[in-house]
Amino acid sequence: MPYLGSEDTVRELRRALSNPNIQSDQLRYRNTILKVIRAMSQGVDVSGLFSEMVKACATVDIVQKKLVYVFLCSYASLNPELSLLVINTLRKDCQDPNPMVRSLALRNMTNLRLPSLVEYVEQPLTAGLRDRAACVRRVAVLGFAKLHNLQTNSEIDAAVVNELYSLLRDPDPVVMVNCLRALEEILKEEGGVAINKPITHHLLNRLKECDVWGQCEVLRILQRYRPQSEDELFDILSLLDASLVSPHPPVMAATLSLFLSLCSGLPAVSLAALERVRGPLLAACGSMSREMRFTALCHIQLLLRSVPGLMGVHYKRFFCGYAEPAYIKQRKMQVLVELVNDENVAMLLDELRGYCTDVNTDTAQSAISAIGHIGRSYSDRCLEILTGLLGLKQEHITSAVVQTMRDLVWVCPQCSDTVCLALEGCEESLQDSQGRQALLWLLGVYGERVSCAPYTLEVFIDGVRSETSLGVKMELLTATMRLFLCRPAETQDMLGRLLHYCIEEETDMCVRDQALLYYRLLHCGIEETRKVLHGRRSDPSLGVLIGRPAEPISQWACSFNTLEPLRQGTIETESASRGSPEHVTFDPKPNTDLSDTLNYSHIEKVHSGSDSTTQRTDSSADILASNITVPLSLSLSPALSPEEFEHLWLQQQALHAEQDPEKMKEEEDYTYMEERIHCPAIPHCSPQNLQAAMQLVNIQTLAFTPPHTLPWRVYLYTHTQRTSSADMTHSTLILGELLYTGEANQKVRVKKGTGDREVVVEGREDVQIKEQEEATGDGLSGRELSGKDGEEEGVKVTLKQQPRDDKALKGFLSILTTVLHTLSSDRA
Amino acid sequence: MISQVFILSSKGDHLIYKDFRGEAGSDVVSIFYEKVTALTGDQPPVVMVTPHKREQHSHKDLHFVHVRQGGLYWVATTTANSSPFTVIEFLNRLTALIKDYCGSLSEKSVQMNFALIYELLDEVVDYGYVQTTSSDVLKNFIQTEAVSSRPFSLFDLSNIGLFGAETQQSKVAPSSAATRPIQSSREQGGKSEIFVDVIERMSVVIGSNGVLMKADVEGEIRVKCYMPSCSEMRIGLNEEFSIGKSQLRGYGAAVRVDECSFHQAVRLDEFDSHRILRLSPSQGEQTVMQYQLSDDLPSAPPFRLFPTIERDSGGRLLMYMKLRCDLPPKRSLNVDCCCYCGFSLSQELSSPDQSAELRPQSRAVVWQIPRFPGGTQLSALFKLEVPGLSSASMLEVGPVGLSFELPKITATGLQIRFLRLTPVQPSPSQRWVRYVTHSDSYTIRI
Repeated sequence: MPYLGSEDTVRELRRALSNPNIQSDQLRYRNTILKVIRAMSQGVDVSGLFSEMVKACATVDIVQKKLVYVFLCSYASLNPELSLLVINTLRKDCQDPNPMVRSLALRNMTNLRLPSLVEYVEQPLTAGLRDRAACVRRVAVLGFAKLHNLQTNSEIDAAVVNELYSLLRDPDPVVMVNCLRALEEILKEEGGVAINKPITHHLLNRLKECDVWGQCEVLRILQRYRPQSEDELFDILSLLDASLVSPHPPVMAATLSLFLSLCSGLPAVSLAALERVRGPLLAACGSMSREMRFTALCHIQLLLRSVPGLMGVHYKRFFCGYAEPAYIKQRKMQVLVELVNDENVAMLLDELRGYCTDVNTDTAQSAISAIGHIGRSYSDRCLEILTGLLGLKQEHITSAVVQTMRDLVWVCPQCSDTVCLALEGCEESLQDSQGRQALLWLLGVYGERVSCAPYTLEVFIDGVRSETSLGVKMELLTATMRLFLCRPAETQDMLGRLLHYCIEEETDMCVRDQALLYYRLLHCGIEETRKVLHGRRSDPSLGVLIGRPAEPISQWACSFNTLEPLRQGTIETESASRGSPEHVTFDPKPNTDLSDTLNYSHIEKVHSGSDSTTQRTDSSADILASNITVPLSLSLSPALSPEEFEHLWLQQQALHAEQDPEKMKEEEDYTYMEERIHCPAIPHCSPQNLQAAMQLVNIQTLAFTPPHTLPWRVYLYTHTQRTSSADMTHSTLILGELLYTGEANQKVRVKKGTGDREVVVEGREDVQIKEQEEATGDGLSGRELSGKDGEEEGVKVTLKQQPRDDKALKGFLSILTTVLHTLSSDRA
Repeated sequence: MISQVFILSSKGDHLIYKDFRGEAGSDVVSIFYEKVTALTGDQPPVVMVTPHKREQHSHKDLHFVHVRQGGLYWVATTTANSSPFTVIEFLNRLTALIKDYCGSLSEKSVQMNFALIYELLDEVVDYGYVQTTSSDVLKNFIQTEAVSSRPFSLFDLSNIGLFGAETQQSKVAPSSAATRPIQSSREQGGKSEIFVDVIERMSVVIGSNGVLMKADVEGEIRVKCYMPSCSEMRIGLNEEFSIGKSQLRGYGAAVRVDECSFHQAVRLDEFDSHRILRLSPSQGEQTVMQYQLSDDLPSAPPFRLFPTIERDSGGRLLMYMKLRCDLPPKRSLNVDCCCYCGFSLSQELSSPDQSAELRPQSRAVVWQIPRFPGGTQLSALFKLEVPGLSSASMLEVGPVGLSFELPKITATGLQIRFLRLTPVQPSPSQRWVRYVTHSDSYTIRI
């Protein structure tokens, strides 16, 4: 920052520098130079003193030399001609008997960053590579990297590269590491330094000699190495084991990174490595430096994505200290949410409850939303806490609680009763727009259950003139419309007023257009309006049994030990600054954007867009295309809510229990079938993969248990459409359950209860044929395999179809079988 | 790889700026400062800035990693794929080095020693790559001398008694003894000292029912060496010291820790048999051993609180707090007790030298107890004026956080049996062993 009188300062300094009396007195000369540097770091432009400083460079006083070099390196680019004068002094210094002077000269020669000086620098640099003193060699090696970056388009000197490769055997570990660094930069175009077997083994053997920084560098560069045999791999791993539990977090992180890249094909080994670093990572979480704590926390979050149980026992280590900064507290809460289980939930909620009244509003709000997250699995306890917090009547707390409740209800509709009760009267302490939007959404969707809903809305409508937030106005319109549909008598008048205001007086186009849209919609009739406005009340994809899926390590391994995990949280919270939950929860799933009805033959085309599952889908699509001959298409619409599903499922279950066919009514036109599909790996498959794969073929999974739990279940549904003859299309609804109990059972049982025996003999035959077909066709692979190995297990598939359509059901089953097989072979 | 390193004061003054790779201009310093001060409160150590469209040609995304120490911002600019552990560890190590060389860390000492710091940076980092941070190596290269920033103070005179005789017993090292530059030992010669500090940080949560919910201790042994020639040092820990759950040694009260790690330079050949650490200390400060203990403290937590909260007839909130200290009676401590709540306050304290004040911005009552003798109990009554008092407001009171420093005490019971230096120092050397337990976070729920 230039300040007044900077010119005077420069003039003064110039006079002093050129004063022969001062020049002869070493101490005074040095002090004057000190003043120059001080002015420089304060932001004064002292570049005018360049020529005086060049003169000051020729001295025997090393401290003075160093100071002058600091100055010269900062201003050389402004005075390329004058810099030439320095080169002579520098080259002379390179011959100095003192190695410190030599290294200093060499380093600053390359730091001048002037392409015009390159020709003068090369010779001393090459000499420096063979210097007796290690400190000179260190500088010389890096000097070549600097030279290369000064003139990137020039050719790479093969002699230099060879020299650098040979210096990898230098006795000084820093020279060795610097060679690696320099080669990385010089050979960037070719992909960096060549990492072959001899070099790798050499580096690994000398790892112990390096300091922390050198070790990190070597470990990072070794990530490119691919061992040639399994034996070699395990030799390397056992060599690295000690650094994996190093007390220095950088070494530990770099080693883990290397482990993960070496063992990318061996998930079991990677998991063992993660277990191993738990101790050091936890220690880093308790480190004195809070920045280090934060970094460790962010990386623990990464690890938890793959091994959710990793830190379960140590949950207390993530309790927040009262003096910790907010950014650490927020991360700790995010980790705590992941660690919840039946044993610690009471303790954890108690702790989180304490943070809700934190002085820092951000901390308080994240604590509240953390409780909301836990509420997805332990809704009663969490709702109790949340409702209690509403009693505090604190503005920011109420706002956060209402938003959290909205998000919770969206995922767990069964909480809605409690939430509706709690909503009464909290509008008084809501000030910010986010909180009011959340309240309005809840009132719109659950208006029929909140007795005071119309009165609350009326307050909002009366104040709409002074409302500034666009979001609140839009939400208010929708909420009033929705409430009008279920409680017309109380709402009609205020809806009229609101529409009138929005259409006639509102200046914002968005609000006006939406009001116009609703107005015209009402003209079309109540039923039409209802169709448009009664959307979903809950997330269609996630059901009751949510467990966080364990991601494969490879998903995050590449961002481990980079800055990426440290920024993630901020992005998450930004994207979670939400509107209505409908928009939020739909975003992350690419599959839902696809057209609702997919014909299976188009699957390949559509799916080229999705990245993670492309490979799998292509293969499955191929198989599908070859397998199925029935013209059958699956579709997800109309959507089925979890409640409807449950209702249908249980209803038909009951009917099935009293299976006596005589009692069945003719109208009960549905089919029930059980099937075992052999795919042992499926229960270990991550729900996300499963869901993605199912959605590809337009099967919607509604709920599933977390992987590795027994019994393992998945509930799913789809609609089939089959063009049977001419222009007739049959559409049916299929509900399905996949059940894996864990006991070995190799029998392929096809049990079939047909609801309508009246379909007479043809139907019976049909069934028998089908059984055969299944035995020979789809079920074949499963049975053959299981025949060989008595211990093999199968997944029991129970399907219910309504109305009955055997061909469609059969087609569906074969699609499902193929998907499951593909998935399980993929995993194996 | 580090592109630039700079040090800013908390007000944004540029104290030190060093560009290692010439990839971005010095204008990034102000970009960083704007970004980091845009929001209130401390910011996470990584700040990223994507430049505006029109600036995009000049530089790519900027990645700043910073730590805060001594009230200053220590910032490194780097690339997205560099290791945050390494950069943060480097910045921490840099602050430690500068503290070793300059004596203390503050805006003033950095300003006075800028030449020394430039010299250090030059030797420590070359072209963005860390070369060495070992003070043993660096001492051969660093030529500039530190300028101590100790202002003249009347307190310095208090050590000198009548006729200039030294009155203070040399049994106790002054607390400032360990905050001097390491280099001065070279010149002064006589003052060759070594400090071994056992520092423990306690984090405790006590539930509202008085049950201990969490008690963790993180500890470390730090050696600060001002000795020019010391080839080997042997530190003997308690014989009963054990690591992990299974081991139990000796018959005395076990001193147990869950996990323990050592500095690279520590040789452990005598550790298993005699619990002796051997090392050759380099000049300056280093952490020799770190250990942790969770949930299983050998002694009860040092403080207990018995709070009563009720509403009086005048619509005020009455907080009656009894604080008990369970330490041996000879100790006297300085304790700050901080209770979160709102509103204005009247108070009754049990002794005149205590004080309590209400800090509106943190909505907390702070009760300062300068002298808290062990084994005693203190009480305080706070009356709070609460506008619109309701039963729900009671929920908002608490938790209580205590901050204190317990000298001469370790929570784990770790002790240093002996400290031997070889070769035997020719000049009278001074060896100091100090123990201290800090309250990292001592929370009592109400």
